[in-house]
Amino acid sequence: MNTPRKLPGSLETNRRLDRWLRINRDGTVTVFPGKVEIGQGILTALRQIVAEELEVSLDRIRLAPADTSYSPDEGITSGSRSIQEGGVALLQAAAEARDLLLARAARRLGVSLEQLSVSDGVVTARSGGGVTYWELAAEDLLAREASGDVPPKPAARHAVIGTSVPRHDIPAKVTGAPAYVQDLELPGMLHGRIVRPPSPGARLTGIDEAQVREVPGVIAVVRDGSFLGVITEREEQAIRALNRCRRIAQWRESATLPEPDPRYLLRADAKTEMISEKSDGAAQSRAVKSLEAEYTRPHIAHASLGPSCAVAQYGDGRYTVWTHSQGIFPLRRDLSKVLGVPEDGIVVIHVEGAGCYGHNGADDAACDAALLARAVPGRPVRVQWMREDEFGWEPFGSAMVVRMRAQLDGEGRVVNWMHDLWSHGHSTRPAGKDGANLLAGWYLEKPLAAATPGNPPLPGGGSHRNAIPLYEFPNQRITNHLVLNAPLRTSALRSLGGHVNVFAIESFLDELAAAAGADPVEFRLRHLKDRRARAVIEAVAAKAGWRKSVQGDGTRGRGIGFARYKNLGCYVAVIAEVEIGNEIAVKRAWAAADAGLVINPDGLVNQIEGGIIQTVSWTLKERVQYDRNGVTPRNWEDYPILTFEEAPAVDVTLINRPDEPPLGAGEGAQGPTAGAVANAIFNAMGVRLRDMPFTRDRVVAALA
Amino acid sequence: MARRAEDDTVSATLIVNGKRHEVVVEPETPLLYVLRNDLKLKGTRFGCGLGQCGACTVLVDGKPVQSCDLPVSAAAGKAVTTIEGLGDAARPHPLQRAFTAEQAAQCGYCASGIIMTAKALLDVNPHPTEAQIRSALKGNLCRCGTHQRIVRAIARAAEEMSR
Repeated sequence: MNTPRKLPGSLETNRRLDRWLRINRDGTVTVFPGKVEIGQGILTALRQIVAEELEVSLDRIRLAPADTSYSPDEGITSGSRSIQEGGVALLQAAAEARDLLLARAARRLGVSLEQLSVSDGVVTARSGGGVTYWELAAEDLLAREASGDVPPKPAARHAVIGTSVPRHDIPAKVTGAPAYVQDLELPGMLHGRIVRPPSPGARLTGIDEAQVREVPGVIAVVRDGSFLGVITEREEQAIRALNRCRRIAQWRESATLPEPDPRYLLRADAKTEMISEKSDGAAQSRAVKSLEAEYTRPHIAHASLGPSCAVAQYGDGRYTVWTHSQGIFPLRRDLSKVLGVPEDGIVVIHVEGAGCYGHNGADDAACDAALLARAVPGRPVRVQWMREDEFGWEPFGSAMVVRMRAQLDGEGRVVNWMHDLWSHGHSTRPAGKDGANLLAGWYLEKPLAAATPGNPPLPGGGSHRNAIPLYEFPNQRITNHLVLNAPLRTSALRSLGGHVNVFAIESFLDELAAAAGADPVEFRLRHLKDRRARAVIEAVAAKAGWRKSVQGDGTRGRGIGFARYKNLGCYVAVIAEVEIGNEIAVKRAWAAADAGLVINPDGLVNQIEGGIIQTVSWTLKERVQYDRNGVTPRNWEDYPILTFEEAPAVDVTLINRPDEPPLGAGEGAQGPTAGAVANAIFNAMGVRLRDMPFTRDRVVAALA
Repeated sequence: MARRAEDDTVSATLIVNGKRHEVVVEPETPLLYVLRNDLKLKGTRFGCGLGQCGACTVLVDGKPVQSCDLPVSAAAGKAVTTIEGLGDAARPHPLQRAFTAEQAAQCGYCASGIIMTAKALLDVNPHPTEAQIRSALKGNLCRCGTHQRIVRAIARAAEEMSR
């Protein structure tokens, strides 16, 4: 028997064409993506891909919401992989669907394939006569596995791919139409709130439930061990009942958290692994100068603008859950463990939420809603996390420490490079190898354990994402010190360790360039062979009008940062311009990006602009503070983010590579931006900031 | 506003987007929940419940107000305008049209509140500078980093409205 051919992207694991596409008799096409919209515009890009390959107009394309009862299992929408996995799968599936439609048309019209042309689903024979897709559509048409034998269109023939098709979802969102899971309202729906413990690990020792039932509108008080929730008729009643619970519930707390400085990682038990080594004794012998430096980042919150929310309904032993999770199938796996029902007794349906930027409280809220729904069979329950729940309980992007050492030769070339990083793992999403990664499950009377903490493996990597430099150094040693036991819950935050590793690499390269008396742009090019890498650096330097070795004037300066995301994704170079006043302000930024074949240029630009602005916020302002018991920021005053008055103007240049595979770009700008900002501060005032965030206090301390 | 004898609720008259509504709620209920759950106007979003992020901004007698910490009793009898009152996808307000034209959204969750703040700004200052637009938005947060598109969209709407 032949081994089946390897198929592109997620088509490999979801091989049937009708899992992805349906041609309808009413003149429409239904697409079933497994990837979900999280504000990145992916669904618009997927529509473009299908319209292009099928040769139908965009307005014929309908998108089915991701739903465990029929969607392809594409795992998690993360890692900038949606185009590489879902996009290329649909590209191939649509190409094959078109091929099948044309074969049927040829038979129907009694002509050869070469005679046929298609325009918006109408197949016409050169000799006259025609038939539409909608007439040819039949149940059996796509009831088969993809063959992998049909080549998608060459880029030169693209008419829809590569154009800035407007996002189809924006008109509804800016006119206030119900668009989010928060807006879902089902008949008979009740409102729930969860009474989270005052700190991680705290145990509920007492609650007078009768006092809670006195609050008007309370339907149920749900307690299972230390998991406590309320269900009411009206939403404001749920908040009143929540506040009542908070006043009267008794908890036993324990001090579980380390000192609030990322360097606690250096003293923790770590699994140490060398992930890259290169050795060249001749080059090493030329070393004349050594440098070392240490860089840190604190824990950072996803801080979604819309706190997590879910709706769940229970009846006859079965659950339906509406959620903004990034992975409906992994969520269902862990829900099954917490709820004690088989996976096929749970339907998980995706509904958009606010932007998440990684693993936030979405999955946990889904579990909360299901646990409450169990108490009121037949009635849907909507659980809305409060702002303090989101800050207090979402998993954070891990604190990290990076130690760099390097040596230069007499000609200003790096001959030895050593990068040691300390971090917690960067994924505790649902469906880990054991346990259950849903917050409520850990607090039940019979608690479930959290999964053994994981760290996505190389080549993409987690804590060590982008730790291996793309620069060419004759000697190098990269070592990952993974601290598995995370006292404060951590998980995937946009770009994972890439933000910190690239920040450290790019900062340290600047320090080396200064030591070598070299211009930062030229110094990078000196160590780079990859032509696409060089091209983005050269493009951003040209666009920003970079002038060689110009020093800042004490208050203004510019810096550059570069990375190829995961060393296998998009290439992004960023130049930042800072102004030092009372605070550090990033006034402008330029970026050049190469994400291979561009599906939607404006969508890509929007992602990179957003990536840069959000990273400026992380880098200048953000830090999850905590004491020995728990997280202290509970609102936007405690955890300020970049405001409209502080956000930079960003100018993005795209380098389209129609002959290269399309790549995601949602996380490509984070590392380069952090490096560019640090380097711009150094350029402005000659002070090197190595500990994020770059607050006023840090500048003052560095100057002292 | 009339207090009802049997419980803590009151009957209040709200004028929302030009329509009168009678609602029976506890008087301290935040306006946000009445808009979303009683009047089914889901466009006004919950972001923090603390008046810090601006996602729930509506106009009360023309002034931008955070509906998450405004008791419904304080809005009774006043003219409330929500995002739905500006226009819909078929007949968008120039601000809404400009947000689409500039693709000024990623997740879009902050958009309603920002558009309402911008409406209040343009009502008193039809030709704002970029700095004035940014300053007017200091009570609104955007987490996706769509700031410059949003500022551009508001400037575009101002220009269109003054033509």
